[in-house]
Amino acid sequence: MLEIKNLHVQLEEEDKKILKGVNLSLEAGKVHAIMGPNGSGKSTLSYVLSGKKGYEVTAGSAHLEGNDLLAMAPEERAAAGLFLAFQYPVEIPGVGNMTFLRSAVNSQQKLRGEPEMTAGDFLKAVRAQAKNLKIESDMLKRPVNVGFSGGEKKRNEILQMAMLQPKMCILDETDSGLDVDAMKLVSQGVNALRDGNRTFLVITHYQRLLDHIKPDIVHIMAAGKIIKSGGPELALEVEKNGYANLLEETA
Amino acid sequence: MGIEMNDVHVKDGVDSETVEAVKALSGTYKYGWNTEIEMEYAPKGLSEDIVRLISEKNNEPEWMLDWRLQAYKRWLELKEPNWAMVDYPSIDFQDQYYYARPKSMIEKPKSLDDVDPKLLETYKKLGIPLKEQALLAGVEAPDGERKVAVDAVFDSVSVGTTFQTELKKAGVIFCSFSEAVKDYPELVKKYLGTVVPVSDNYYATLNSAVFSDGSFIYIPEGVRCPMELSTYFRINAENTGQFERTLIIADKGSYVSYLEGCTAPKRDVAQLHAAVVELVILDDAEIKYSTVQNWYPGDENGKGGIYNFVTKRADCRGDRSKVMWTQVETGSAVTWKYPSCVLRGNDSQGEFYSIAIANNMQQADTGTKMVHLGKNTKSRIVSKGISAGKAQNTYRGLVSMHPKAKDSRNFTQCDSLLIGDKCGAHTVPYIEVKNNSSRVEHEATTSKVDDDQLFYCRSRGMGEEDAVALVVNGFCKEVLQALPMEFAMEAQQLVAISLEGSVG
Ligand SMILES: Nc1ncnc2c1ncn2[C@@H]1O[C@H](COP(=O)(O)OP(=O)(O)O)[C@@H](O)[C@H]1O
Ligand SMILES: [Mg+2]
Repeated sequence: MLEIKNLHVQLEEEDKKILKGVNLSLEAGKVHAIMGPNGSGKSTLSYVLSGKKGYEVTAGSAHLEGNDLLAMAPEERAAAGLFLAFQYPVEIPGVGNMTFLRSAVNSQQKLRGEPEMTAGDFLKAVRAQAKNLKIESDMLKRPVNVGFSGGEKKRNEILQMAMLQPKMCILDETDSGLDVDAMKLVSQGVNALRDGNRTFLVITHYQRLLDHIKPDIVHIMAAGKIIKSGGPELALEVEKNGYANLLEETA
Repeated sequence: MGIEMNDVHVKDGVDSETVEAVKALSGTYKYGWNTEIEMEYAPKGLSEDIVRLISEKNNEPEWMLDWRLQAYKRWLELKEPNWAMVDYPSIDFQDQYYYARPKSMIEKPKSLDDVDPKLLETYKKLGIPLKEQALLAGVEAPDGERKVAVDAVFDSVSVGTTFQTELKKAGVIFCSFSEAVKDYPELVKKYLGTVVPVSDNYYATLNSAVFSDGSFIYIPEGVRCPMELSTYFRINAENTGQFERTLIIADKGSYVSYLEGCTAPKRDVAQLHAAVVELVILDDAEIKYSTVQNWYPGDENGKGGIYNFVTKRADCRGDRSKVMWTQVETGSAVTWKYPSCVLRGNDSQGEFYSIAIANNMQQADTGTKMVHLGKNTKSRIVSKGISAGKAQNTYRGLVSMHPKAKDSRNFTQCDSLLIGDKCGAHTVPYIEVKNNSSRVEHEATTSKVDDDQLFYCRSRGMGEEDAVALVVNGFCKEVLQALPMEFAMEAQQLVAISLEGSVG
C-alpha cells in the first residue's frame, strides 16, 4: 500500500536535516505503529507524505499503491486515498464543521471523477458517524476546531477520516491529550474502519493506545531513522525500559 | 474633540509563502463582454448645455432643470478631494460622455414585452431575466415563493421595471427616477437632496447636475413591501460615465429590503461612476439596503476599470427607525464609498456590514459614518477587508456622538485579511464623543491567510483556490449572513472568483 524508500528530508529555509533515510513498507490491511522520542521526525514524516510545504526531499521516494506521492499536490494525495489525522488540528474561524466536511467529501469525489454525494445521503452518513464518536450535533455546526477541547479536536479528525474513507490513514499522536474514555472512543472509531484492506500508520508516544489499536508491526524512530522494527512486544519493551537501551543498542 | 485611534491589534499569522507568485487575474472577470447596440450620445464633455440636454432628454419639468443648474454652478467652484488613500490619474471631466442611451429606448417601450430584444438578452446573460417570475434560479425559499422586482438601468436610462402593477396594489411605488420626476413630483420635491444636499461633496454635486436615471421607491405608511426590490446597473458604452440617483422613502411603520447589483464590460480606459443614494426612514420604519458591487476592476496591471465614487446616506428621521447597509465590494479599480447613517430619531438604529475585496492593482477606500443625534441610538459596524496582489484596502469610519445623543452606543469590529505580502490594509477610525453617557467600542484585527489553514484544507482534498475561498468566506461570515439569502450565495461565489489567481 505505502512504500517509503531511503527518504531524506531537510528544511527548505535552513540547512537542517530531519529525516535521514527512512524505509517503510506497509502492506494493505496492516496496522503499523511508529514510536520514538520527541523530535525524532515522526510528524515531519507524516507532513512530507501529505505534501506540506517547507520541507525538501533530497533523496528517496514514497509511493501509494505505486503512485509517486511526492509528485502530487496535497489534494491529489488525499483523493488518492491518503489521510493524515493531525497532531495539532487547525482552526478555521467562520467555516462550519459540516460545511468543511461536505466540501472535503465533494472535492475528493470531483478529483476522482465520481458523482457527488447528495445532500441527503451526506447528512445521513455524517449523523451516523458522529453518533459513533459521541459528537453532538452542536459540534457539527460550530466552526472547524474553534473552541474545541483537545479531545473534541481529535474525535473530529476521526470523524473526517470516517467520512472520507481513505485507504491509507496516518494518525499522528491522536492519543495525546485524551483521557481514558476519549481514547476508547477514538480507538473504537479507528477499529471500526479496519476492514482488512485499509492500512494504518499510528504514530504514538505511549503503548497504551496500542492496547486499543493492536498493531501488526512496531517501528522505533530516532534521529530521523527507523532504528528497530518488530512485533507488538517491541512497544511493551519501550514502555518498560524507555528508549535509552534501544538507542544504545543501535548507536 | 476628535480622537484618532490606531491601536490595531495584529494577530499572529504564519507568513504565507504560498502566495509569493501572484498569477494574472485577467480573464476571470465574468461580465466583461459588451452588448453591440446602437447608441445615442450627448456631445462629449461637461457644460451648462449638457446639463440642459440631459434634462431635456428626460422630459423634465422646469424645477428639476433649475435644481441641476444650481448644482452645476456649485460644482464649478469645488475641488476634487484628495484625502482618500487612493491614487489614480486625474480625471479629465471634458473627455467623457455624460449621457448615452440605446436608440431603441428613445421612444420609451410601453411594456417589458416591447423592450429591445438585445437589451433583454443582455440582462438574461447577466442572470437577471426581466420577467415577472420568482427570481434567481435554483433557490427554494422555505416561506414559499419569493419574488424580486427589478429596475434595469443600462448606461443612462432605465430599460424597464418589473412587477410594477403588483406593487402598486400594495401601494408601493417602484419606478425609474425619471418617471418619478414626472409622475410623483411632490414626493420627489419633498425628499430629493434632503439627505445628501447638493453641496455635500464634489462627486455628489457632480451627480446632482448630471444624473440621468436610477430608481425611486416609496413605501407607504404601515406597508411591508411584499417582495424584494432591486436595481441592476450595467455600464455598457465606452468613455461614458454613469451617474445614477436612487431615492427610497420608507414611511411610518413600513419595511423594505432593497438589493443593488452592478457590472461593466472590460475596457482599457477607466470609466467614471458617481452615484448618489438617499434613504429617508420615518418613525418605526426599516430599510435593508444590500449591494453587490462587481464593476470591472481593471486588468492585473491596473489598466482600465471603473472609478467608483459613491455617496450613500440614510437619514433615520423617525423615532425607532432602522437602517441596515450591507455591501460586498469586489469590483472597481478605485472605490471611494462610505454608506452612512444619520441617527436623528430617538431610539433609531444603524448597521453597516461590509466586505471589501481588493486584488491585483485595485484600491478601495471604504467605510461608514455613524452620526448619533437622537437619544438612545445604536449603531454597529462590521467591516471585513481582504487584500491580495498589490491591492490597497482602507477602512475609514467615523462614529460621532452628539451632545443630545444621550445613552447611545456604537460597536465597531474591523478585520483585515492579507493574502501575500505586496498588498496593504489600513484602518482609519475617527471617533467623536460629545456627551458622557454614550459608549463607543472599537476592535480591529489584521491577519494573514494562514499556510497551516490552507494545508489543512488541501490535505482533505480541496484545491488551493477552493481552500483560499473557504477560509476567506469564513472570515467574512458575519457579513455574508447579513445578506438576503439569494445574494448570500452569489456573494460567496463572487468572493471565490475575485480571489482567483491570488495564490500560486
Ligand atoms: N518547520 C520546522 N521548522 C523548524 N524546525 C522543524 C520544523 N519541522 C520540524 N522541525 C524540527 O525537526 C525535528 C523533528 O520534528 P518532528 O517531526 O515534529 O518530531 P516528532 O514528531 O517526532 O516529535 C525537531 O527537531 C523539530 O524541531
Ligand atoms: Mg510530532
